Amino acid sequence: MVELGTRVVTKREAGPVQITMTINGVEVKASEDMNILEAAREAGIDVPTLCYHKDLTPYGACRLCTVEITKGKRTRLVASCVYPAEEGLIVQTETETITRIRKTILEMMLARAPGVPVLRELGSRYGADSRRFDADHTFCILCGLCVRYCDEIKNAHAIGFVGRGEDLEVSFIPEIAAKECPDCGWECMSVCPTGVIPSNYALAAVPHFSYPKSLIR
Amino acid sequence: MPKMNSIGELNAYRGQLRNSAFPEKTCIAICCDTGCEACGSNYLVEAFNREIERNGLGGAVEVRQTGCLGYCERGIVVVMLPDDICYLSVKPSDVPDIVSETIMGGRLVDRLLYQDEDGNRIARQDEIPFYKRQMRLVFGSNKHMNPRSIDDYIALGGYSALAKALGEMTPELVLAEVKEANLRGRGGGGFPAGVKWETTRNAPGEIKYVIVNADEGDPGAYMDRSLLEGNPHSVLEGLIIGAYAIGAHRGYVYVRQEYPAALESIQVALKHAREYGLLGQNILGSGFDFDVVIHRGAGSFVSGESSALMTAIEGKVGRPRPKYIRTSVSGLWDRPTNLNNVETWATVPLVINRGAGWFKTIGTEGSKGTKIFSLVGKVKNTGLVEVPMGTTLREVIFDIGGGVPGGKAFKGVQTGGPSGGVLPVSLLDLPVDFDALSEAGSMMGSGGMIVMDETNCAVNTARYFLEFLVGESCGKCTPCREGVAQMLAILNRICEGDGLPGDIERLQDISAVVKEASLCALGQSAPNPVLSTIRYFRGEYEAHIYEKQCPAGACKSLIEYYIDPEKCKACMICLRNCPAGAISGGKGQVHTIDQTKCTKCNTCLDVCPSRFGAVTKRSKTAVLV
Ligand SMILES: Cc1cc2nc3c(=O)[nH]c(=O)nc-3n(C[C@H](O)[C@H](O)[C@H](O)COP(=O)(O)O)c2cc1C
Ligand code: SF4
Ligand code: FES
Ligand code: FES
Repeated sequence: MVELGTRVVTKREAGPVQITMTINGVEVKASEDMNILEAAREAGIDVPTLCYHKDLTPYGACRLCTVEITKGKRTRLVASCVYPAEEGLIVQTETETITRIRKTILEMMLARAPGVPVLRELGSRYGADSRRFDADHTFCILCGLCVRYCDEIKNAHAIGFVGRGEDLEVSFIPEIAAKECPDCGWECMSVCPTGVIPSNYALAAVPHFSYPKSLIR
Repeated sequence: MPKMNSIGELNAYRGQLRNSAFPEKTCIAICCDTGCEACGSNYLVEAFNREIERNGLGGAVEVRQTGCLGYCERGIVVVMLPDDICYLSVKPSDVPDIVSETIMGGRLVDRLLYQDEDGNRIARQDEIPFYKRQMRLVFGSNKHMNPRSIDDYIALGGYSALAKALGEMTPELVLAEVKEANLRGRGGGGFPAGVKWETTRNAPGEIKYVIVNADEGDPGAYMDRSLLEGNPHSVLEGLIIGAYAIGAHRGYVYVRQEYPAALESIQVALKHAREYGLLGQNILGSGFDFDVVIHRGAGSFVSGESSALMTAIEGKVGRPRPKYIRTSVSGLWDRPTNLNNVETWATVPLVINRGAGWFKTIGTEGSKGTKIFSLVGKVKNTGLVEVPMGTTLREVIFDIGGGVPGGKAFKGVQTGGPSGGVLPVSLLDLPVDFDALSEAGSMMGSGGMIVMDETNCAVNTARYFLEFLVGESCGKCTPCREGVAQMLAILNRICEGDGLPGDIERLQDISAVVKEASLCALGQSAPNPVLSTIRYFRGEYEAHIYEKQCPAGACKSLIEYYIDPEKCKACMICLRNCPAGAISGGKGQVHTIDQTKCTKCNTCLDVCPSRFGAVTKRSKTAVLV
């Protein structure tokens, strides 16, 4: 947030326009270039996220950050990491419906990646039953953080999505990965919530090129 | 034809086309669209040409290849103009009779006419029940033109709405007219086109785009394809008018990969329109510039969703993105972009030509104009049907569609494609209206109507649509990717007889989260087929789960075929026809079915002579009634 003090500034100097919204009944100041999630966090209100990272383009895929907004007479559910902060918006970040949604989403993710600390922690917060859905252990929750990290921060494009729907997966692109990854040193691992990247890399590497054994912990 | 530089030149050219046409000239309009082409309409055209040549009728009779005439069930459809005599299921071998009797003798060929249940024959197309109850405003001119001929379209009054808009109306007036008409989008949500146009028009930025959505991925739907194939200029004319109102100078037509004929049709239309000066710079001397680019889809249902479609045109994977800032404000390459469906665009010239006042006299309070439905499934007259909004489902399915064939009972109708739902007999008097269909738990969608009879299982139908959606989901967001797959797993086990108590509630629970939390409308509406069948056919779910029975006899795991030894005459027919070799017995030896080999293909039931009636399909736990 830009601290303006009492100095009179033009709009350009001040940066984005300042706005006021209400989150969980508390009046919150934010700037127009923020999304609801950032505004909430700025005000010290925690909203759980899995596919959001402050340095990357918001993706809006995990849907864990779903909140309820009211604008005029209309109330609806939106993903707070991609919904722009707006003057006068009324936001609720914890309601019965939201708990039910987060619980179910976490149950779906736990079926994919059981035992992952961040999922277990959030799971117990929202009362998720890790055995509700039949397990399909891919250990990837398709949050796309590694893909965006590689694209946006490293500009290397060595990892991407393949397939669609049920078959969607994240895969290293062998030709590029062989060249780029050793130089970068697998920085993407630092953003992965489940720690599945080394095995993913091995999967791409084994048939195509050699990879450092040290990567497999 | 040289480029036309003014509205006056267009009008003069139209006059010239009309004068040179000999009004009483006989025209044989032959449907050459996909359905009829599959029946051999190309050979029929050849046969007509040869026969006409042979009889020396060359200059007096025109053989016209048209787009879909709607009554696809009875293809090849031929309409003799100007008398409007309609011949159905025409084959090349019928050609000599049509030429000698109808064209040279002025008599009807009775056997090719529509015949009603009482044996009365009906000659005129507009008196045949299938056509009589329709109002074919958008789709009706197909028989009067060859879709590859821009001259046919102009002679019929084509591009007069564009001339009116450019010559007599400001962009603001065009916009106001479309808004006033309350033309709602025909491609899915029924959003008012005028409101969307206005948003794009008012959005900041010099560069704006307009797009035709011709992705049409709903199973069973083909009205958009048929419009592009049968009357491409109507779509293009609407698009140019829209671009003028919105202030766009570049348009796109997004055509799905699987529609090569539609693609060719719109390509030819664009080429002709450019040659005539109806596209390009300074259209008809108005100072307005506009041109159109075709983008071919890569075969994905979700690419029909507006934001996914735009990312696909940008050359990326067609995957939806959050749309909290609307595409009408920030769409293609982040520019204000207005997307409408094929049929929506094709309706625009009508609104401009005849005015919002006229348009509003057709339809219901909230849904104006006509809508084209593709009526398919268990219905006698499959085809494309255009009716005023407010027509009841009963009128569409029974009066126009002729009801369910084979003496079977009507069970329900699936409207709105995979995002829609199944409506039961008790809702047959529901009007086709955006809001009424949504309230009933289904939707208008793009106008798919799949009729089900008593042998279709409600659970299996829901399962079918979810299987489609699991394959077509982009996989980006968790609720849709994981939730729909989990729902499908439950439906699969129910259909296989392994359903568990509580499965209905489980489906409802997951549905709620998928609906509320998915990123795009694919996920948000994916549970509809399940929720609507639970709402209207709950008993069928319960029969599967608790009694392990499929009341419709459709779920293969829950039925078996049985030969009654008392009735079997050991005739060897079923034994010889069974493709799985599952039937044993011999001459004079009663036949039996080996259930472990049986693939439940229904062949034995089909071939067992009805006077014996020895084969029955029965539930594994009790004989089906
Ligand atoms: C998964 C999905 C698929 C869609 N497919 C189509 C389609 O094939 N054709 C279409 O016109 N609209 C389709 N739509 C609706 C479009 O997003 C959009 O609303 C429509 O093209 C707007 O045009 P209209 O207002 O004229 O209906 C689809 C929507 C979703 C969510
Ligand atoms: S709802 Fe389905 S199709 Fe839409 S973004 Fe989510 S996963 Fe993709
Ligand atoms: S954090 Fe917002 S959708 Fe994942
Ligand atoms: S394809 Fe010939 S009538 Fe529809």
